[in-house]
Amino acid sequence: MAIRCVASRKTLAGLKETSSRLIGFRGIQTFTLPDLPYDYGALEPAISGEIMQIHHQKHHQTYVTNYNNALEQLDQAVSKGGTSAVVKLQSAIKFNGGGHVNHSIFWKNLAPVKEGGGEPPKGSLGSAIDTHFGSLEGLVKKMSAEGAAVQGSGWVWLGLDKELKKLVVDTTANQDPLVTKGGSLVPLVGIDVWEHAYYLQYKNVRPEYLKNVWKVINWKYASEIYEKECN
Amino acid sequence: MMTVAVTAISSPLLLHSQGPNRQLLQWKRNEKRRLPTKVAGSGVITAGFELKPPPYSLDALEPHMSRETLDYHWGKHYRTYIENLNKQIVGTDLDALSLEEVVLLSYNRGNMLPAFNNAAQAWNHEFFWESIQPGGGGKPTGELLRLIERDFGSFEEFLERFKSAAASNFGSGWTWLAYKANRLEVANAVNPLPKEEDKKLVIVKTPNAVNPLVWDYSPLLTIDTWEHAYYLDFENRRAEYINTFMEKLVSWETVNTRLEAAMVRATQREQEGTYTEEEANPDDEEPEVYLDSDIDVSEVD
Repeated sequence: MAIRCVASRKTLAGLKETSSRLIGFRGIQTFTLPDLPYDYGALEPAISGEIMQIHHQKHHQTYVTNYNNALEQLDQAVSKGGTSAVVKLQSAIKFNGGGHVNHSIFWKNLAPVKEGGGEPPKGSLGSAIDTHFGSLEGLVKKMSAEGAAVQGSGWVWLGLDKELKKLVVDTTANQDPLVTKGGSLVPLVGIDVWEHAYYLQYKNVRPEYLKNVWKVINWKYASEIYEKECN
Repeated sequence: MMTVAVTAISSPLLLHSQGPNRQLLQWKRNEKRRLPTKVAGSGVITAGFELKPPPYSLDALEPHMSRETLDYHWGKHYRTYIENLNKQIVGTDLDALSLEEVVLLSYNRGNMLPAFNNAAQAWNHEFFWESIQPGGGGKPTGELLRLIERDFGSFEEFLERFKSAAASNFGSGWTWLAYKANRLEVANAVNPLPKEEDKKLVIVKTPNAVNPLVWDYSPLLTIDTWEHAYYLDFENRRAEYINTFMEKLVSWETVNTRLEAAMVRATQREQEGTYTEEEANPDDEEPEVYLDSDIDVSEVD
């Protein structure tokens, strides 16, 4: 009954229909890089095609690869009962797994202008934003300020606190997912403020990137998540 | 003549830094104090750290580190830290101190004050420009090599560990080679009976703006692994940047000089036994501080 892990991984390596699949007799999931729903150049001039390509094909791919490796090592460590080894792997899992989670959300948070990127949110999310932040401009201003103030690498988020039923703006360091700031937080919009997200185009001027990124934010996706979580 | 010493400024922070564990400043003697004498048009006195240019021209490290990188890294990032630091500290207790003093005070035992980020980043970058040179790379020699071989097994082993540390420092930060004297392996504990063998070379990874000064280590070498340090030249390929840094850029001469100074300092501190209230000044040269008569500065008692 045992399927040889190595053999099955190699045959399935070429397939990319799903973003995860079961492999091997242990049932370890292997993750793959999700495709972008738009061309690399489709978010210009807000974000350059060059950045999108490197960001997706290099940075996100590296997180996926390293996450898979860490999971494999974790599986071995767990099965051998090696607690030190398990603990030692935690930072690699948090970092790379977090990187995969965050970037997967990020690509969906963005859309070309001609597909609705930048169009203000309507419906229940739109009203909730007005209620909590006064207006969309108020939210944008707050998120841009907090994003600019992140020291080093991290993310700025618009999240929904499922329990308290309110919108929150928060930041996370490095690749920490929003859930590390609160178990009931659901990410609606995340903006990557690592230097790799903007450097080739905006250099050291992060506030300029933050000013422009709103032009390609996909509020339709955020609204879908919001409505789903609120029902 | 008035002398200004750390203890002169009455701030609650200072009380923590007095006593036997007070850190002796490492770069004070070589660093001129800034002179708060610039007067803006309105007659307001503005103090200010000045931009320190690297000891080579901005294109001198080509092709290993491009001019473009240095134009942004030195001309924008570093400049912004200095300018913002000046704005933050003007007119405060941190004004008229050396950069190292500002770093140590604003670290505030880990509960960093707002000025820490800018001060430490300014210090780190100055240290970084001086850690590299045109025609750098190669191998260390002399006492430095001996200690590397003693503490890491071999130069190759050290190289492997240093590069691995720099590559695995997630997010923004710095990787250091530092000389650690008198400290035990446990947090802040000071070694009560320091011996030669206790003084070690260590590799340290720090996040964001933190540097090993705050743990009373003597930094010898640093590599900046914030993405802005390598992105224009290497994109995401940090490992390649680290290799280039070690093979073509690192200034072992500078590292050696810093090690010599660190060892001298460590010996001095041991000989002194207890720490004095004011910093020991063996040559008896008072730091030159020329102050406007208008400025009210607390005097050492």
